Amino acid sequence: MNKENINTTLIFIGLILIQIVVLNHINFLGYINPFLYVIFIFLYPIKKQDGVLILLSFLLGLSIDIFSNSGGINAAATLFIAFIRIPVLKSVIGKREIDYSATSLFKLPYFKSFIYILILTFVHHFIVFGLEYFKWSNFGIIIIKTFLTSIFTIILIMIIFTFISRKR
Amino acid sequence: MQQIISFFYKNKFFILFLLLESIALFFTIQSHTYHKSKFVNSANFVSGGIYNKINNFKEFLFLKRENLRLSEENVYLKNLLNLQEESIIQHDSLVIDTLNYKQKYTYTSAKVINNSYRKNNNYLTLDKGSKSGVKSDLGVINSKGIIGITQSISRNYSTVLSILNVNSRINVKLLNSNHFGSLSWDNDNYNTVQLLDLPIQAAIYKGDTIITGGRSTIFPEGIPVGTIKDFKTKNNTYEFINITLFNDMSSIGFVEIIDNLDKQEIKSLEEKTSNE
Repeated sequence: MNKENINTTLIFIGLILIQIVVLNHINFLGYINPFLYVIFIFLYPIKKQDGVLILLSFLLGLSIDIFSNSGGINAAATLFIAFIRIPVLKSVIGKREIDYSATSLFKLPYFKSFIYILILTFVHHFIVFGLEYFKWSNFGIIIIKTFLTSIFTIILIMIIFTFISRKR
Repeated sequence: MQQIISFFYKNKFFILFLLLESIALFFTIQSHTYHKSKFVNSANFVSGGIYNKINNFKEFLFLKRENLRLSEENVYLKNLLNLQEESIIQHDSLVIDTLNYKQKYTYTSAKVINNSYRKNNNYLTLDKGSKSGVKSDLGVINSKGIIGITQSISRNYSTVLSILNVNSRINVKLLNSNHFGSLSWDNDNYNTVQLLDLPIQAAIYKGDTIITGGRSTIFPEGIPVGTIKDFKTKNNTYEFINITLFNDMSSIGFVEIIDNLDKQEIKSLEEKTSNE
């Protein structure tokens, strides 16, 4: 096992524990619980599409689901953003091809990485709440919850992101 | 043939993604169908164990309230004992014949180690499982009222479908008349649940008490649920009836699991009747 693998494993387990022990019980303003665990997708090194991230993101979502008795909603959402992250990154940077060995999220301009995180977090939260309610009649609640929770999650992610990128 | 293989090889990530995504959606749809989330639940060894560890730290936070509830229940039960004394004294001899008694329900005490009450579908996790005789479809209450119905069971842990779950339907009735309705939740406020299907003939007032109906084999009759908060009539039916729960669903410590010993007999009798 090299250093990168150990890092990924530690982040994986740490994020699950933080999510289920602390963040699932915050209930800010009644119902806002940030899904910080999606930061796993952003911290994972940018590579040409690989099966490992797809499998890991599925397992990460499923672990959260098992702890919060929510079927497979987190697994479906996390898997989806893990799959679309490279196309989204390409369109945010505005290049058709990325030099995978040289690109890191921390080396991007701050604004571009923010947009990238914003899009993926919003998509993730929309799938989570959409699948949780599973009814068109609740579309208003789904949008409101997606919006409010996304703000909270993105603030948390950007704080951690800034902290890590300064350290580097 | 070679073309097929090369097609799969080229799109292997997309196929992996589709496969896992359909598994996730399968679990999601299964959890939306009442009583079918068999695979993904927190009653397993790992998550139950972790929640148990966390709860050991948090336990002291609700001990004070829990003691108060227990002493209230003790006072209530002692008063009940005193009520019976007079009728016993009227006999001039005391006969103890255990054949005169028939136990219909057994109670098992359990501790809540995880509780959600802010989501669309809420569940609790208890620290008792099949080792302690817990089965699925048993009622869960505490002294203040009903809490839910057990769902998934592992050896040491079990999950409870909370009454704060849009899939939950529980048979209830009014305390002062025999009109039945069913209890559901509209996912708005965790202190308020809704009473459905109550016939308009039942006269209700604000503050009326609702208790369990005893029509199902899960809950015994007469377990407190809550009081009527407000209601509205429309076209000669009740449009909605809101009920304030006696329980504070956000802080639940110890609960009792009720097993109906006659359940098998009732079930088989009902099946026999419907088959005929």
